[in-house]
Order: sequence, then C-alpha cells, then structure tokens
Amino acid sequence: MDNAYLIETVIKVVVILLVFSALAGIGTYFERKILAFMQRRLGPMNVGPYGLLQVAADGIKLFAKEDIIPSGVVVPIFKIAPVITAATAFMAAAAIPFLPSFTVFGYEVHPIVADINIGILYVLGVMAIGLFGPLLGGMASANKFALLSAARAAAVFISYEVVTGLAALAPIMMVGSLSLIDFNNYQIENGWIVWSQPVAFILFWIAAFAETGRTPFHLIANDHEIIDGFGTEYSGMRWGLFFIGEYANMFFISFVIPIIFLGGFGDGTVLGAFALLGKMAFFFFFFLWTRAAWPDVRPDQLMWLCWKVLMPLAVINVVITGFVMMF
Amino acid sequence: MFEAVAFYLFAFLTITMFYITVTTSQALYALSALAAGMIFISAFFFILGADFLGAVQIIVYTGAVMALYAFGMMFFDTTREVKENHGNKYIVVALGTLAAVLVVVIFAAPMVSTNMQAFYPMTEGAGNTEMVGMVLFTKYLVPFEVAAFMLLVAMIAGIVLAGKKMDLSLTIMNAEEIQASEDEKNKKVLS
Repeated sequence: MDNAYLIETVIKVVVILLVFSALAGIGTYFERKILAFMQRRLGPMNVGPYGLLQVAADGIKLFAKEDIIPSGVVVPIFKIAPVITAATAFMAAAAIPFLPSFTVFGYEVHPIVADINIGILYVLGVMAIGLFGPLLGGMASANKFALLSAARAAAVFISYEVVTGLAALAPIMMVGSLSLIDFNNYQIENGWIVWSQPVAFILFWIAAFAETGRTPFHLIANDHEIIDGFGTEYSGMRWGLFFIGEYANMFFISFVIPIIFLGGFGDGTVLGAFALLGKMAFFFFFFLWTRAAWPDVRPDQLMWLCWKVLMPLAVINVVITGFVMMF
Repeated sequence: MFEAVAFYLFAFLTITMFYITVTTSQALYALSALAAGMIFISAFFFILGADFLGAVQIIVYTGAVMALYAFGMMFFDTTREVKENHGNKYIVVALGTLAAVLVVVIFAAPMVSTNMQAFYPMTEGAGNTEMVGMVLFTKYLVPFEVAAFMLLVAMIAGIVLAGKKMDLSLTIMNAEEIQASEDEKNKKVLS
C-alpha cells in the first residue's frame, strides 16, 4: 500500500465528511424554504440575506445548548445512539461514486473512497445499521414515546429493508455485479436501467422514504402523536447528530437512486458529472416536495403497504426478470 | 502491516464486546455490545478479502437478527438491571475454558499436521461474490435448497401462528365494533 494512496484516501474521507456535514445543515435550510414557498410563507428571512445565515445560527445554537442527560436513562447507550446514526450514514458514503474520475495536476482522482466489488450491498447494509440509532436511543430514553418510536423504527426498517433488497436485486441480476461503478458502466452501453426496470425503480424509491424515515413514512418521530419519538429526551448537539444523520442519509440515497437506475454520471464527462448532481438535487427536492404535499400514513397502513403490496410486487418483478434473462 | 494492526485491533474489540455481552446485567448493554461485536467480526471477512461474506455478516446478524432481539426486549423495562441467578461460578469457568480449548484444538489440528488442502481451486477471473455463488449452486446445492425449504416452512408456520385476526385493526374499527369484538371474546371465556 503506497503512501499516495493512503494520503488520497484520507483526503477523500475528510472532504466527504466536511461537505456532507455542511450539506446536512444547508439541507435543513432548503427544506424550510421549500416547505415555506409551498405553503405561501417566506420561511427563514431574518438572519442574513434571505435567511441564508439561519444555518449558522442553528448550528451555534445546537453547539452552545446545554446537553441534558435525564436521570432515568441508560447513560452510555443514550450518549452513543446519536453517534451511531450519524456515523453509519457517513460510513455508507464510502462505496458511493459521487463524481466521475477527474485529473488534478496530472494525478487521477477517483471520487469514491473504496471501489469494493460489493458496493451496493455494503451501502444498503450499512444504512440498515442506521436503525440502531433510533432503536437504542429510544430504548435507553426511559420514555414511553421514545420506546414506541423505537418499536416502530425496528418494524419499519426491517420491513422496508426487504423491499429495498428485492427491488435492487432485479437490476443487480441484469448488471451481474454489485459494484456501483459497474452499474454506471453498464448503463453507458445498454441505456438507463429505469426503462427496463420501472417497477424496481418505483419500489426502491418508495422504500427510500421509509429507510430515511421521511414523510409519508415519518412514523418514527411523528410529531402529532409521539412528540419527537426517539429524540424526545435529547437536547443540544446530540439531537443535532440525529438530524445530521437523517439529512446525510437523504443525500446519499439521492445519489444511489440515480446511480442504480438513471445512468449515474454517464461516460464521465463534465456534463455527466453535472447531470448526476442534477439528478441528486431532484431526488432530494422530491423528499421535501412529498413532505409538503402528503400526510403521514398510519403504522398499520405502512405495514400493509410493505408486506401485501410492495414485497409481492418486488418478488414478481425478480421472477419475471429472471425468466426474461433466461429465455 | 495494516492487516496485522487491523487484525489485532478487531480481535481485541470483538472479544471485549462479547465479554461485555456475557458479563453485564444490563440488557441494553448486552444488546449493543452484541451488535457491535457482530459488526467487528465482519472486519475479519474484509481483511481476508471475503467482501461478500463480510457485508452479509453485517446485514444478516446486525441488521436483522439483532433487530429481532431488540423487538423481544421491548416487552420488559430495559433501563433496569436484570437480577441474574448466578450458579456455581467454578463450573461455568471450567466449562467455558474447556469449550475454548476444544475449539482451538479442532481448528488448529489440521494446521499443525499440515493436512489441509483446498477442495475447490480458485476460478480465474471470478470475484468473490461469484465464487460463493459457484460453490453454493454446485457442491452445496442440496443443503442450500433444504435450508431454503426449512425457512419457508418456518415462515408459513410463523404466519399461521401469528396471523389470527390479522385483518382486524382496532384503529379503523368504530366503538360499537370494538365493543362487539370484546363481547365475543368475553362470551368465549364465560361459556
């Protein structure tokens, strides 16, 4: 292992951490602005031009706030739970190619931390581990609402992991590889996978809402019935870490969907790179759009949707794909 | 060098985590430590170049099995310590040591006598995901299918056991319907 590789990897890790931590903050600004415009409000306007510095103000507030540890909680688990959410979100980023490779000062840079040959499996697996943030946080909180939210988190994540896995399986069968780079290269030659796998695309997209815990599947922290769910007892930056994890997850899944189904960064030109960023921006915007336009579903409807509609559809899709590929 | 450092680091972490799991009387500590230990074990697969098995280890054990344990733990108050009934400590230590020594002997014996040979030579150009698939669908096809069949049976049994009144939802029933179903239940108990 040569030094150049080591230094390159460390730099890439630091850049991804910094960029996406910042993006998570800016994501909250986008969310508030977009929700506000859709509801005929102005959103944050007072801090800085168009409220742009609101992000900094929120950050300072979160950092400076007292970190309250309630007396009834299981202290070490309570403290570590937000870290798990944020850490797993960023760990998943290790196998995502964010841009096509480019050359800086005669040195070729691949904007992916590790091109492991099981990329998509790794990303989905590590995102699934993110379940332990809400779960442990909720169970350690000694709070009824937090416990309810933990139970819902376990149910939702396990159920929708099945849908995500089965939906991703059909494209994996077509590409014959688990590496996200191979997905991208396959689509250069054979066109976007979404045209041959529309059902898998829709299922994966729906499941992405559950995996990131966004409206209409925002049951794990549903404000009007269980307060803030697993986050009820948290304050200050620990609560902020849950938020950073959620937004980072949204950004990463918004990268993964276009890479699997919508051609990724294409043949690696500058145009392709901007196209990927554009697709990412659309999917991120769609998360916010849905939140403004849709109510939350009930927990039993959520389970019904997963096990009686989405999962059978995904299985049928896989079977049909298999038959088409065989004959 | 990196591999050696990684191996000893993760060996230490794994053993520490499982030690905590066994010795603690706080259920949440045990759960978290077990989950962490399962993740650290996957590091060994990655060090050995078995990426696929490493990812499967994370998904299956930590993502699914541990989450199901957590489901079970919802039924009691996890913030209180569990009162454990400690038996004879010497027997536990003796049996534990014996089991550990046996495992080491079983796995070390073929290595010491250099009586190990690979049944399946490496296939040129196949990555490790493909290799797992090849072995699974040739040599181990029957055990694999039998396991799949057993899981199917277990799943159907689970659905049958848990699926009574699955279409009944208290949230969408109105008060009279709930009362009616309650009366139905009571009638059965009384008669």
